[in-house]
Amino acid sequence: MNLVFVPLVVYLLLTLALALWSRRQTRRDAGASAIEEYFIGGRTMGGFVLAMTIIASYTSASSFVGGPGVAYTLGLGWVLLAMIQVPTTFFTLGVLGKRFAMLGRRLHAVTVTDFLYARYRSNAVVLLCSVAVLMFFAASMIAQFIGGARVFQAVTGYPYEVGLGIFGFAVVLYTTVGGFRAVVLTDALQGVVMVVAAVVVLLAVLDAGGGMAGCMQDLRAIDPGLISPSGAEGRIPAPMLFSFWILVGLGILGLPQTVQRCFGYKDSRSMHEAMILGTLIIGFLLLCMHLAGALGRAVLPDLPSGDLIIPTLILRLLPPFWAGVFVAGPVAAIMSTVDTMLLLVSATIIKDLYIRYALKNDVSNVSQKAINRMSLCCTFGVGVIVFLASFNPPQLLVWINLFAFGGLEAVFLCPIVLGLYCKSANACGAVASILTGLAVFLILSAAKISPFGILPIVPALAAAVPAFLVGNRFGRPVPEDVRKVFWEER
Amino acid sequence: MRSSFRQANREALITLGLYVFFFLWWTVFAFGPGAGDPAEYTYVWGMPAWFFYSCVLGYPVITLLLWGVVRFFFSDMPLDGSENDSRKEDDR
Repeated sequence: MNLVFVPLVVYLLLTLALALWSRRQTRRDAGASAIEEYFIGGRTMGGFVLAMTIIASYTSASSFVGGPGVAYTLGLGWVLLAMIQVPTTFFTLGVLGKRFAMLGRRLHAVTVTDFLYARYRSNAVVLLCSVAVLMFFAASMIAQFIGGARVFQAVTGYPYEVGLGIFGFAVVLYTTVGGFRAVVLTDALQGVVMVVAAVVVLLAVLDAGGGMAGCMQDLRAIDPGLISPSGAEGRIPAPMLFSFWILVGLGILGLPQTVQRCFGYKDSRSMHEAMILGTLIIGFLLLCMHLAGALGRAVLPDLPSGDLIIPTLILRLLPPFWAGVFVAGPVAAIMSTVDTMLLLVSATIIKDLYIRYALKNDVSNVSQKAINRMSLCCTFGVGVIVFLASFNPPQLLVWINLFAFGGLEAVFLCPIVLGLYCKSANACGAVASILTGLAVFLILSAAKISPFGILPIVPALAAAVPAFLVGNRFGRPVPEDVRKVFWEER
Repeated sequence: MRSSFRQANREALITLGLYVFFFLWWTVFAFGPGAGDPAEYTYVWGMPAWFFYSCVLGYPVITLLLWGVVRFFFSDMPLDGSENDSRKEDDR
């Protein structure tokens, strides 16, 4: 028991040490403003860190615990579904990366909302987006905390609350202290831990199940559906499978937590490296983890809940010390998602709401030090609130998380993509698309309406795009200076 | 030389093309050999063939293609908005 515990504690201490180290780095090159330093790390990320931070903030409890859990129940069809996410890094960076990096520098943008304000000049857009970020990030942070605490409980046998306390404390502390630099550096460490954990778990399962062929024959004997694309008992119908190409495919261009990374890298070479490296690593990670979950059914066929598969595999198949090392994988996945969201919520409150509305964008009367202190306090406060809310946990981890995913995409996808690539897009269209998309998404999700298994995000976006086009007809034309900044027109 | 904004747009289109390629690869293999009766599946390295081609092979293939595309079609550019370059472009 204690042996499981040791590597976890060492790992948490390591993340804290990295955070403190990154804080010293910050002090040394204090060229950028306090806001740009704390929330975007002075735009200095290299290729490896950029790739890792996109992967780490994207892959969360659902890729490491929930996803493999569903793969355990439904089989290879769910692995196929998970592989839809392979292009995440190259798609986000390739489509938005360079334009965002250039505009981010020109506009001093730190959050996606900054970008949207500069593009649409609309308070309604800023307020809607800020509310969406606060609401959905809060939901997913809580889901992540709960997932992490469950893993901790399953592996160590200590009560749920102890786990929540320990890594809730760690995440809130290092994010508060180190800001963006600490977040991306720990993300890089966490990414490496995740990759190692994924390989070891998969190899252990293959070994225990008598090799790949042995596992597959066992799965076929349990239910032939487990080795078909449509899942056990045909529970992954094709319309559902394809609507994941929207939710975790095209829709990722509307996730503020990954899109924001496009503001923060050093140069175009870093971006090129990150595209390739990121695709290689995320594909490997997704394949290993989900395949381990699916094949786990052949090794441990009678678990009461799919969510238990990864922790149980780790505990049964590995000696205690190594189990501790490798359970750090899911814990890393969770912490690296929470830290990003925590910092973005804080950035939303400080930069998008406080500075823009309370200070009317005039920071000349406030010292850089005061802003820095405010950012720290805000990050800490939000962290504590989310942490306390996680003590009374709701069920069904993966679905809460997917709910937040869809909600963010319904709000952000059209304003981001059309704002960047459609010159005539205006605020009226953006507001119409946000309201329509969000309304359709929330109504369908709440009423659990999904004909043929189509996810609510598909009709939500299908309504948001025409709403944008209709709304656009009623808005004012894009001002000359906005066109100039965004497309260098004179 | 192209303006960096236009080059960035071109790269975004190339990325989109690559994305469509991955989508097709995934779909064709999953629903081609995977559509039949699981009892009659053929196997590659112990895995059902549909799964091997669409999931296990698909992602190294896309990574390799990506490497080629980035190497030959993406270009290094300054990110801090060198507006002078683009003005020259406009004057032409």
